[in-house]
Amino acid sequence: MEIINLTIDNKPVVVKKGTTVLEAATSIGIHIPTLCYMKLEDLNIENRPGGCRVCVVEVKGRRNLAPACCTEATEGMEVNTHSIRAINARRTVMELILSDHPADCLVCPKSGNCDLQNMAHRMGIREIHYKGEQSSYRKDTSPAIIRDIDKCIMCRRCEMMCNEVQTVGVLSAINRGFNSVVAPAFEMNLDHSVCTYCGQCVAVCPTGALTEVDETGAVIRALSDPSKTVIVQTAPAVRAALGEEFGMEAGTLVTGKLVAALRRLGFDYVFDTDFAADLTIMEEGAELLNRLTRHLQGDPNVKLPILTSCCPAWVKFFEHQFPDLKDVPSTARSPQQMFGSIAKSYFAQQLGVRREDLVVVSIMPCVAKKYERGRDEFSVNNNPDVDYAITTRELAALIKISNIEFRALPNEEFDKPLGESTGAGVIFGTTGGVIEAAVRTAYEVYTGKELPRIDFHELRGMEGLRHATIDFNGLPLNIGIAHGLGNARRLLEDVRSGKSRFHAIEIMSCPGGCIGGGGQPYHHGNSEILVKRQQAIYREDSNKTIRKSHENPYIKKLYAEFLGAPLSEKSHHLLHTEYFDRTK
Amino acid sequence: MEKITSLADLKRIKEQVQSKIKLREQSASAEKLVQIRVGMATCGIASGAKETMSFLIEETEHQAIDAVITQTGCMGYCYAEPTVEVTLPGRQPVIFGHVNRERAREIIDRYIIKGELIDGMIPVNFKTIDE
Amino acid sequence: MSDYNMQILICGGTGCKASESEEIRNVFNDLLGEYLLEDEVQVVTTGCFGFCEKGPIIKVLPDNTFYVHVTPADVDEIIREHLVKGRQVERLLYRDPHSHEVIHDSKGMDFYKKQIRIALRNCGFIDPENIEEYIARDGYLALGRCLSEMTPEGVIDEIKKSGLRGRGGAGFPTGLKWEITSRSVADQKYVVCNADEGDPGAFMDRSILEGDPHSVIEAMTICGYCIGADKGLVYIRAEYPLAIQRLKVALDQARAYGLLGRNILGSTFGFDIELRYGAGAFVCGEETALIHSMEGSRGEPTVKPPFPAESGYLGKPTNVNNVETFANIPVIINKGAAWFSAIGTEKSKGTKVFALAGKINNVGLIEVPMGTTLREVVFDIGGGIKGGKKFKSVQTGGPSGGMLTTASLDTPIDYENLQAAGTMMGSGGMIVMDEDDCMVAIAKYYLEFTLEESCGKCTPCRIGNKRLFEILEKITAGNGKEEDIDKLRMLSHVIKDASLCGLGQSSPNPVLSTLAHFEDEYLAHIKQGRCPAGKCKALLKYVVVEDKCTGCTLCFRTCPVGAITGERRAPHFIDQALCIKCGICFEKCKFDAIELA
Repeated sequence: MEIINLTIDNKPVVVKKGTTVLEAATSIGIHIPTLCYMKLEDLNIENRPGGCRVCVVEVKGRRNLAPACCTEATEGMEVNTHSIRAINARRTVMELILSDHPADCLVCPKSGNCDLQNMAHRMGIREIHYKGEQSSYRKDTSPAIIRDIDKCIMCRRCEMMCNEVQTVGVLSAINRGFNSVVAPAFEMNLDHSVCTYCGQCVAVCPTGALTEVDETGAVIRALSDPSKTVIVQTAPAVRAALGEEFGMEAGTLVTGKLVAALRRLGFDYVFDTDFAADLTIMEEGAELLNRLTRHLQGDPNVKLPILTSCCPAWVKFFEHQFPDLKDVPSTARSPQQMFGSIAKSYFAQQLGVRREDLVVVSIMPCVAKKYERGRDEFSVNNNPDVDYAITTRELAALIKISNIEFRALPNEEFDKPLGESTGAGVIFGTTGGVIEAAVRTAYEVYTGKELPRIDFHELRGMEGLRHATIDFNGLPLNIGIAHGLGNARRLLEDVRSGKSRFHAIEIMSCPGGCIGGGGQPYHHGNSEILVKRQQAIYREDSNKTIRKSHENPYIKKLYAEFLGAPLSEKSHHLLHTEYFDRTK
Repeated sequence: MEKITSLADLKRIKEQVQSKIKLREQSASAEKLVQIRVGMATCGIASGAKETMSFLIEETEHQAIDAVITQTGCMGYCYAEPTVEVTLPGRQPVIFGHVNRERAREIIDRYIIKGELIDGMIPVNFKTIDE
Repeated sequence: MSDYNMQILICGGTGCKASESEEIRNVFNDLLGEYLLEDEVQVVTTGCFGFCEKGPIIKVLPDNTFYVHVTPADVDEIIREHLVKGRQVERLLYRDPHSHEVIHDSKGMDFYKKQIRIALRNCGFIDPENIEEYIARDGYLALGRCLSEMTPEGVIDEIKKSGLRGRGGAGFPTGLKWEITSRSVADQKYVVCNADEGDPGAFMDRSILEGDPHSVIEAMTICGYCIGADKGLVYIRAEYPLAIQRLKVALDQARAYGLLGRNILGSTFGFDIELRYGAGAFVCGEETALIHSMEGSRGEPTVKPPFPAESGYLGKPTNVNNVETFANIPVIINKGAAWFSAIGTEKSKGTKVFALAGKINNVGLIEVPMGTTLREVVFDIGGGIKGGKKFKSVQTGGPSGGMLTTASLDTPIDYENLQAAGTMMGSGGMIVMDEDDCMVAIAKYYLEFTLEESCGKCTPCRIGNKRLFEILEKITAGNGKEEDIDKLRMLSHVIKDASLCGLGQSSPNPVLSTLAHFEDEYLAHIKQGRCPAGKCKALLKYVVVEDKCTGCTLCFRTCPVGAITGERRAPHFIDQALCIKCGICFEKCKFDAIELA
């Protein structure tokens, strides 16, 4: 390993070859401001266009200033990060960005979470010397994401996510010069594009240019309507991240406080999507075993591998990009939709209310869930199974609006029956979790034996593509895992070309799975936060007394009283779905 | 066309084409053979060089003047396009500027046929690599 | 054939015309009649000889006698002595400026040395669509020599020794660039020809491709041999249809003759060239942006390093040179590095092609040795300023360059000197300005260009240039403040210092350069609300000269906005608040009673 010696602000520093000036500075506690630069270390994701020029530093002997984020440290380099020349350039650059940015911080959805605002504060910008025309574009509202690109600062993070990580290719820089902005081709609406609504653009946007559709007002109105019974479900990944919005350490589990907060907000029943996750495992697991058995019997019509289908962005992705493979994924609905379907049938019956008078709200780490709940096939007589889907961030806003001191809340328990869940349901929140939950159940159903171990460490981690072989009593079951749609694409291409040797594949659109969802508290480029959330999810799992979906007593009860058996006709009707070719 | 497969081959072909051109210049009708080059780069064409060239072809044919008319690139006198270079046998090439139909006719009638110079010829003001 | 024995060529260029060349012609015609020589001597007016400071000029054929500073009074002596007796008029002969010796035959004059055509050697000589004409002029000989007599290292060494530098603008040593790319280890390398000529007013690359496409093909092939590439790409703007067509014809011919393809000239070396079309984005002249555009991505630059020589097209080592650079290569190989490096200055060798444009008489393409002075280019070759106006400045380097003023007229033109003068070589556009050109408006014009051509990737270029432009707009509209001058300077420096690529790093040059040389013009706009060149519309004021106004009401009736009032037969009045400065009143007034103030 080659060693490089340099000085930064007169401090000597030794780094290995290939280190950038920015990284070298950070290693000795010098924090050069950045804006477009973003590195999610644990996920191998990096945005380094060198475009914003906020990180410029003075390098002795160099004609012009160097962008610290993409300048490699070289032997004997003398860097000054706060010379008057560097400070002046940096502040001027910042003023220029602000001169083309709406100054509506007070009412901006990103206020308090805005990298641009923070950076302006940090640099002590008190005046904008260069005023002039501001870019103005049409605001684009889709079912899940709002583009207010007057606020775009051309950091290109969203573009990198959409193209390199997700390979969806909707967002890219268009136009030239002052008019350049990141938008779908021909400035079409997201709605008309192949956008999956994964929300990773929203997750990384440093400003308020990309945000989720805000449904909190509608939820408040529903809660205040006495004629409605309002119930709530909350996705597994929410409990591992919500605390961050209230200043708690990343990875703090706040399940009990979350329940307490929802109850105080006025929900009539506080349920858990984890319950529906257990239900998903029953259906999807049964489907896997069914296909597997038929395959082993030599049925040529059976499609393997089976692909998970609980991620709505992933579903939309293959409907656009791999419509020829639409028979391959499991037909099981996502936990959110299974919950809505059961709530508005089974639970409404139990309560004796009409489905129109039952309002189902879901709390999701995801923005695509807003789109999913609006899909036509998830409505009965124009009444959707899920009425509103709000993100973790929106829930935090609701809690703040309602004057609830979150950190002081006691821990409370979910309501029964749809609030009871197992550890298998919890791990849906992270990459690898769905398939691990499926294995726990499928193994026992297939072999008729009890699992010798519950934790499948070989399925866990943050690698974008993972695979493992699980011994199903002599049958080696090959499992693939992908998170991030670009990784999914690679597996899908193998499936398309017949090269795939997997029996089952789990796919999550967001890097890290739902813990890294587009609706989660902003990570601001710190991937350690995602790692901590993942650890919290597994902690929650191991704290559970029941950790296999098929052992959930309320799931058993649901099948006994209502559904019959997995893949029964009623299950098919309520818990399964079909996919559409969206290239047409 | 047969491919050129060696340096010697290339040199031989160069000799051939050079002598072909010389032969053309010094043929039996050498006193009459006139070489005309029309600057046909974008600047020339934009100023009407195509029309000038077809007129020159028609007119020399019509008047039975033994002339070789070829196109060439930009001579650099963009202010005077279309430009035409005329080489009478045994004489230095002369460049004429602003050659529209009327000027082309004048060039044929006065310079090519009678050998008179006409107003507006452009003096060559550069050296070539061969000098 | 002609009966004339002698011909008198009189320069009809604007400069000479201004100094009585027409009168000289008349005197010749009259006197030739008197001497009964009218059937033997023909008098012809020619285009500019490009020697205007010595005008009026006449040349006597067939003996190539060159007389300078001729007056009508000299005509009689020329006829008597030269035409009748065959004796040159010594006192009118051109004297060499250094040796002060008289030159009897103009072929020996320095004048012919002002332009040397190397890159343009075949433009205007050969039929570009006929490979044989190229071969007849030593075409592909250099390639043949390289392949059969020289090693790649030997060729690179020769190019290095020649001192050839990139003609695209930055002036990076070409041989060194080739050497770096040749040293990169990879399974595939590429030679790219940058034909994305984008400077306003520059068109030498187009002319070379249209007039001599084989020279570029030959040079790219030589480059491929040197760096170990078997594939070449020409990135050419789609707005050059003729150049594209000629290139295609030339490529087909070269393939048919076996000069492209496998085993070229019997060697083991193979090479072929493809075309890639650009949409004419200025920024795609920057080599990383060009490469991204060729790859099908958005044409925007990326931070260097890595340089294309390490990681270029499709991530492979790539050597990018521009058209003019390539056009020099075969000559260097054929005539030798020593021959080439004898031309030019100490650090800038060879010639440079310039596209002369603007307020100059001889608009066109010229090729001069490095080290030629601006004065020679503008006044001698360019024939001086149109309409006898006063020279003000020359803009070089396009939107990245700056102004050269009278102070620089005698500076030898090379990369270093231009840089020192606050501008740059650029691709060779030279736009000449006269006293009627407003320097603030010129700076604004260039910024407007940059603004449209910026890729928008980095902040200083995307927003900074916009703000610079807005300040200039303010000033030309008469709303400038004195502090704006400081703002322009400060912002310009940051844009130069902090932009990502060469486009942004040089885009404020027109502003800084005009500020350096013509700050008084800026101040006139700001402090006095006056545009000294009379170009900035908003600062013009149409006023009625009361003494001259007859009250005919014509202006009143033609004013489109009703800004003119007045009684019949009484002086009229223009309401400045309403006036849109369309100038109709000024044109219509029959009594010159409306003035521009």
